[in-house]
Amino acid sequence: MIKFLTKIDGINNILENNNLLEIEFEKNNIIKIFNELRDNIELNFNQLLDITAVDYPSREFRFDLIYILQSLTKNKKIILKTFIKENENIESITNIHKSADWYERECYDLFGIEFINHPDLRRIMTDYNFEGYPLRKDFPLTGHTEVRYDDLEKKVIYEPVKLTQEFRNFDSESPWEGMENKLFGDEKSSGEN
Amino acid sequence: MKEVELNTTTINFGPQHPAAHGVLRLVVELEGEVVQRAEPHIGLLHRGTEKLIEYKTYLQAVPYFDRLDYVSPMCQEHAFALATENLLGINVPERAKYIRVIFAEITRILNHLLNIPAYAADIGAVTPFLWCFEEREKLLEFHEAVSGARFHAAYFRPGGVHQDMPEGMEVKLFEHFKTLPKFIDDLESLLTNNRILRQRSVDIGIISKSEAIEWGCSGPVLRSAGVAWDLRRSQPYDAYDQVDFEVPVGKKGDCFDRYLVRIEEMRQSISIINQCLNKIKPGPISIEDNKITPPKRNQMKKSMEALIHHFKLFTEGYRVPAGQVYSAVEAPKGEFGVYLVSDGSSKPYRCKIRAPGFAHLQTLDHLSKGHLMADIAAILGSLDIVFGEIDR
Repeated sequence: MIKFLTKIDGINNILENNNLLEIEFEKNNIIKIFNELRDNIELNFNQLLDITAVDYPSREFRFDLIYILQSLTKNKKIILKTFIKENENIESITNIHKSADWYERECYDLFGIEFINHPDLRRIMTDYNFEGYPLRKDFPLTGHTEVRYDDLEKKVIYEPVKLTQEFRNFDSESPWEGMENKLFGDEKSSGEN
Repeated sequence: MKEVELNTTTINFGPQHPAAHGVLRLVVELEGEVVQRAEPHIGLLHRGTEKLIEYKTYLQAVPYFDRLDYVSPMCQEHAFALATENLLGINVPERAKYIRVIFAEITRILNHLLNIPAYAADIGAVTPFLWCFEEREKLLEFHEAVSGARFHAAYFRPGGVHQDMPEGMEVKLFEHFKTLPKFIDDLESLLTNNRILRQRSVDIGIISKSEAIEWGCSGPVLRSAGVAWDLRRSQPYDAYDQVDFEVPVGKKGDCFDRYLVRIEEMRQSISIINQCLNKIKPGPISIEDNKITPPKRNQMKKSMEALIHHFKLFTEGYRVPAGQVYSAVEAPKGEFGVYLVSDGSSKPYRCKIRAPGFAHLQTLDHLSKGHLMADIAAILGSLDIVFGEIDR
């Protein structure tokens, strides 16, 4: 199987691990690669299981875009990964895998990654008129707005989040772990501990 | 040029509707009573589980999985436990594997015992609901006996299971599963040849083999279309390679086939449980590495090291080596997968949950086109939709 994968343009870093293959690909070749993965009889990745992203705010290519495919005939799963920048977009694969429709919408909703030529790119998970992309690392866990039912106005109203207690994220990681074997205050000694 | 007059009515179905199985809002375009387009609006139960998990340690993330598909909690913990174990590179002891398989199968029966009568209730039968809930209650007692909770068990943990089964549990399980096949026969006598059930489900919501694959269907929906695909068989995890079972498949892929596949799956689950009960041996129920699983309570009273381990595990948690993994299990509804990214700290960097219902609900528009409005309820029921997992 790896033999056939290496023949496809724009695929690098192939890793095999039991039933799971992991590869990276170039985003410009996406349509060609996914067509080949599905139509090549030796590969036959005919089912799209998931599309998702991982956010690394400090990187230039901010998002890892992840596609997970499965081949029912070859009994293999494959994780495809590509890297994109914050305001970059990528070609939609809804014409190749029908199930990509909602997965791409979800990805757009939660990460703000736009898919070109998607038939209906709307938000899917979040509230109507929601703003922001919740799964980005710079989006606060508590969100920006909260809702309550207002008895006077007789409707649900949106307000900025008010926390009675600040959100606490404890750093429980021990400063001791992984400590070099160095005794503080003993710098004068020969330097060899 | 011929002028065509469009005469469609758009109606809003849900979000509060008993046949919506939760909070589904459907915008349905009807021509007379015939469905032209059914567009689901989901996300009304979105709780941000994936975001929350990023702020919790691996152990604290386990209970979130109970709350996804709240009628089959243990199968989802299973997927997360497998993913974490995969990253940690550990192998759980034999007994834990069998306990997991037994309880995953009990969960499967529980799920089908809810879905089948709910589906029957959607199309007009009330009695199965009452029957099945009694039976479910008996099975939930086993959940309670091992984990202390009927639903939100948090029982399958990375490294094994939380605690051993209480003494005499094997015999009780064995006794109970002697009676269950009779119940399934009774349930079938109520439903399978029922005229109304057949009229309402045969040839309704047909999905073909290739469409089912293309739309990302899995589980009973995929099998009802005639694809013999079961992760327990094709990519066995835990003790599934030690047991012998059959994978029921349908012929047509309509609502009735999906119902039949589920009935047969319950029978196979009983057989799997019985085989496991014969093979299970005493032994440890989680790995004996106190860097990952907590030490015994009585050890903590005596051993300083055990106390430190306990403290570290429940404050910082264990660190998981950096990497990515995708682990999937055959949950009652289909392929439930967890894509986990670790950055080497004690909290997941990203945890994507692949819910089978998400893919199934997406096919609704396709399945209901050309059917009557009333059939939407039947199709929804047969797809086994639970919003806890779809909206996450």
